[in-house]
Amino acid sequence: MNHLPQAWGRPRDDIYGHYDPSHLQTAGPNAHTQQPIVTGTSVLAVKFKDGIVIAADNLASYGSLARFTHVHRLRPFNDRALVGFGGDISDMQYLDRLLNSLDVNENYGSPGHVLNAQNLHTYLSKVMYKRRSDMNPLWNSMLVVGLDGDDKPFLSSVDLLGTTFSSPTLATGFGGHLAQPLLRKLADDESQVKDVTREKAVAAVQECMKVLFYRDARSLDSYSIAVITKEGGVELKEDEQLEGQSWAFADTIRGYGTQVN
Amino acid sequence: MASSLIADPTSSSHNLYSFSPSDQTASDIRQHSFYPYTDNGGSTLGITGNDFAILAGDTRSTSGYSINSRYAPKVYRIGGEDETGEGAHIVLSLVGYAADGTALQERLNTVVKMYKYQHGKRMTVKACAQRLATILYSKRFFPYYVQAILAGLDEDGRGALYSYDPVGSYEREQCRAAGAAASLIMPFLDNQVNFKNQYMPGSGEGHDLHAKQAEPLPRQEVERLVKDAFTSATERHIEVGDGLQMLIVTAKGVEETFYPLKRD
Repeated sequence: MNHLPQAWGRPRDDIYGHYDPSHLQTAGPNAHTQQPIVTGTSVLAVKFKDGIVIAADNLASYGSLARFTHVHRLRPFNDRALVGFGGDISDMQYLDRLLNSLDVNENYGSPGHVLNAQNLHTYLSKVMYKRRSDMNPLWNSMLVVGLDGDDKPFLSSVDLLGTTFSSPTLATGFGGHLAQPLLRKLADDESQVKDVTREKAVAAVQECMKVLFYRDARSLDSYSIAVITKEGGVELKEDEQLEGQSWAFADTIRGYGTQVN
Repeated sequence: MASSLIADPTSSSHNLYSFSPSDQTASDIRQHSFYPYTDNGGSTLGITGNDFAILAGDTRSTSGYSINSRYAPKVYRIGGEDETGEGAHIVLSLVGYAADGTALQERLNTVVKMYKYQHGKRMTVKACAQRLATILYSKRFFPYYVQAILAGLDEDGRGALYSYDPVGSYEREQCRAAGAAASLIMPFLDNQVNFKNQYMPGSGEGHDLHAKQAEPLPRQEVERLVKDAFTSATERHIEVGDGLQMLIVTAKGVEETFYPLKRD
């Protein structure tokens, strides 16, 4: 040890070589999120006659590594609203705590009144837009589902730029390319939602989760699925397994499994 | 003597340290890779007449080649009594980055409402137009990435339309197209509303030909032009389609119409 307190506990240059000072961040610029680190992939949701189905797999990836396989990305807010998270997992956990404290505050302040899915969506979109405007984004794209102020099914999305939109069927991430066209066969228009039954909606979402598992390299066959209705509230199942997989097609495609020729 | 035993961190040689003190701060400035804007496509169009103003916009929202939603309105009522916009007398269309559009619309709506509560009278379109320019310019160095068109009836009851760039430059016009297909629609409007390149038949030869004078068009004619403009833009531009929403301001209030467009 030497007589310089600021050197104590530091790796010595003469032993370990020069230390990269950019890691210290003592007085440098504050680093904001530049990219997501541990990420979740697609979230899918469909409106039906008297409710909404939403699903997301249970995987949190670290780049291309399937790092955590029991991460639940569907977070219930109360018995009439739920948020499905895609993107950065740590930002999801931050938002989850934020929403939890919002819920606690709301329940202290105004007894009898509960925030509905629309209120929650407005709140989340303001948080996301504020953070992007500060150039310090929360790296997520989310689907907010539940019941609106008139107890009608509600489905809307928010992303890291604060962009919001809603549609009878929605999918974030890779699902926007693969699942959304399949889901639109069910209901392409708000007027078609009345003809979609709960069974049809659940089956379509499960089928899409399977298609995504076939083709999305950052996906998993274990997933969470929730149905929200006025009568049943939030019915969330968090450890579902994909059923009825068929890998017969893989035979004819180079790149799947062992190559014989 | 004593002072020579105590090393002066600023002047002593590097051999005294197990690390170099000057390295304690991060000197490498890392580049932000986050880009705070996106383009949500779509197009808007406004045309005025003698006693009305029409603002129209398609309802498609896109990001890249994907369609986010087939119904995401980009024409808004400003200064209404509630969230439905009932009782509004000014309309606004915002096309470009949709999140900025929503934020700007909410901000202007609040301003126009506060004006009514504080002064006990409705804000004129002229005043609202100047206020919108000020709001846009107040974010000159981190702009709202939108092209705005504001419309209503002026103090004389005539159709008034103002168009803006993202940082607040604005002017009053007869007609304006904005957004992804602006370059497709605007020349059509120049020809069909302002009669550009149209001449009076038999009025002369060569330079003696008299240009056809522009005059305010009747409402039916304007609605027909708007529909034609959007069906054509839908054919040629991938970011335009799904639905055409029109807000028509007359002395009676704001009417809304909706026409389906091609969804491909």
